[in-house]
Amino acid sequence: MPELLSSDFMRLAFATGAIVGLLAPAVGFFLVQRRLSLIGDGIGHVAFAGVAAGYLLGISPVLSALAASLIGAVAIEWLRSRRHAAGDQALALVFYTGIAAGVVLVSAAGALDVDLFAFLFGSILSVTSTDLLLVGLLGLGGLGVTGLLFRAFAGVVLDEEGARVAGLPIPFLNVTMAVLAALTVALSMRIVGVLLIAALMVLPVVAASSIAWSMRSTMLLAMGAGLVSVLAGLTLAYYADLPPGGTIVLVAAALYLGAAATQALRA
Amino acid sequence: MPLAVELKGVAFSYPGGQRVLEAVDVAVRPGEFVAVAGPNGGGKTTMLRVILGLERPSAGSAELFGEPAHRCSHRERLGYLAQRSGLSIDAPATVREVVAAGRLARGGLLGPLRRDDRHHVRQAIDRVGLGALADRPLTRLSGGQQQRAFVAKALAGEPDLLVLDEPTTGVDPEGQEALADMLARLHGQLGVTILYVSHEFGVVEHFVERLVLVRRTIVFDGPPGSLPGSWHDPSHAHA
Repeated sequence: MPELLSSDFMRLAFATGAIVGLLAPAVGFFLVQRRLSLIGDGIGHVAFAGVAAGYLLGISPVLSALAASLIGAVAIEWLRSRRHAAGDQALALVFYTGIAAGVVLVSAAGALDVDLFAFLFGSILSVTSTDLLLVGLLGLGGLGVTGLLFRAFAGVVLDEEGARVAGLPIPFLNVTMAVLAALTVALSMRIVGVLLIAALMVLPVVAASSIAWSMRSTMLLAMGAGLVSVLAGLTLAYYADLPPGGTIVLVAAALYLGAAATQALRA
Repeated sequence: MPLAVELKGVAFSYPGGQRVLEAVDVAVRPGEFVAVAGPNGGGKTTMLRVILGLERPSAGSAELFGEPAHRCSHRERLGYLAQRSGLSIDAPATVREVVAAGRLARGGLLGPLRRDDRHHVRQAIDRVGLGALADRPLTRLSGGQQQRAFVAKALAGEPDLLVLDEPTTGVDPEGQEALADMLARLHGQLGVTILYVSHEFGVVEHFVERLVLVRRTIVFDGPPGSLPGSWHDPSHAHA
């Protein structure tokens, strides 16, 4: 067994990271196609408020972040679909409200001294077996729902008005997509942190789009790129003593540059 | 058999805006090939949205297959090609993937396509002559080929009514002729009702049985041959 897998915390980190590495781009794929790439950022800031609320209420920050993310994601979708706000305006509303609420709640909880840095930028090395169980169950559930509804989601991102005319349940599909995004953010929080999660949902997809040959291959390549980013990032972080969250995202960025260079050479 | 489309005394205004449609009466019988033309801003897209049930008329009634359009329960009978100038996504969607999206209303939302659905997707692709390009990304096709792929998407659901909104957008003149020929052939083969909405109708003038000119209200409704010569450019149609 390689040295980096000899300890429990690294095995837990790799197992949890692998699930997040697959889930984030799978869900991010549809958000990127809908020009909602930054929704992960918006939900991430609400998740930060959820973490703070968890400290204030004395409950698990991961669960409170999940609840806050769900509320934030559904709020963005509601604002967007009711045309009360354009997509970016809805995002900005939730984004700034989330971060402001987080700061106020953290202060109210007297938790400014806790390791908030771990939630902002990830703390994969402190993942517990309970975390792995939660990420495993919900993450695989999220992947299952994404796979099951792939054609329907694809139909909506290709032509939302056409899907509406055809009588498809657009509100249900959009809310499901928003819930999956919230789930992804909450589960990925321990891996890359709320400030970097959007990168793992977007960069592998953008990289895959430039070299893929179909929607399906784009999604599968993006999931592969997400998995490679997490595994390579963790390995690099372990041996070079780097922060895992940032290293994972930098590997994803490098994969994008590689894909862009490949596209340029083929053109 | 109920009419495919029936508008009776339809008026429509956007909130806070001026009246876009006024006293519009149109009935489309099953099997007709109707061109709806008119100047830009004349209300034809709004009329189309009312027909599709995406907007509710301020006055009058809009029916689709004999039911109020906004709560029509047979939407799978509709094939719709929205006005567009290409794909709005970055991922390289193939012809087959785009056309398969047109099968959702008939084939269900969950899981992979069933064998029967795959057959209808393949058939729709073949009908528009893109069989050899089925697995090619749309972004690598010409404007005319892309529009044919979108027509195939609309056909994949085996529609009784095919609604095409500005289908020649982004298509060169040669592609426009090919598209019109293909629609005429499909109309003959399938007997599907076609509503062809465009700001100009020259390309389908020889195929359609009926031309409806819209300029806030219906200013002409009849065979294209009986259209006054000076009206052939609909932007000059007089109310």
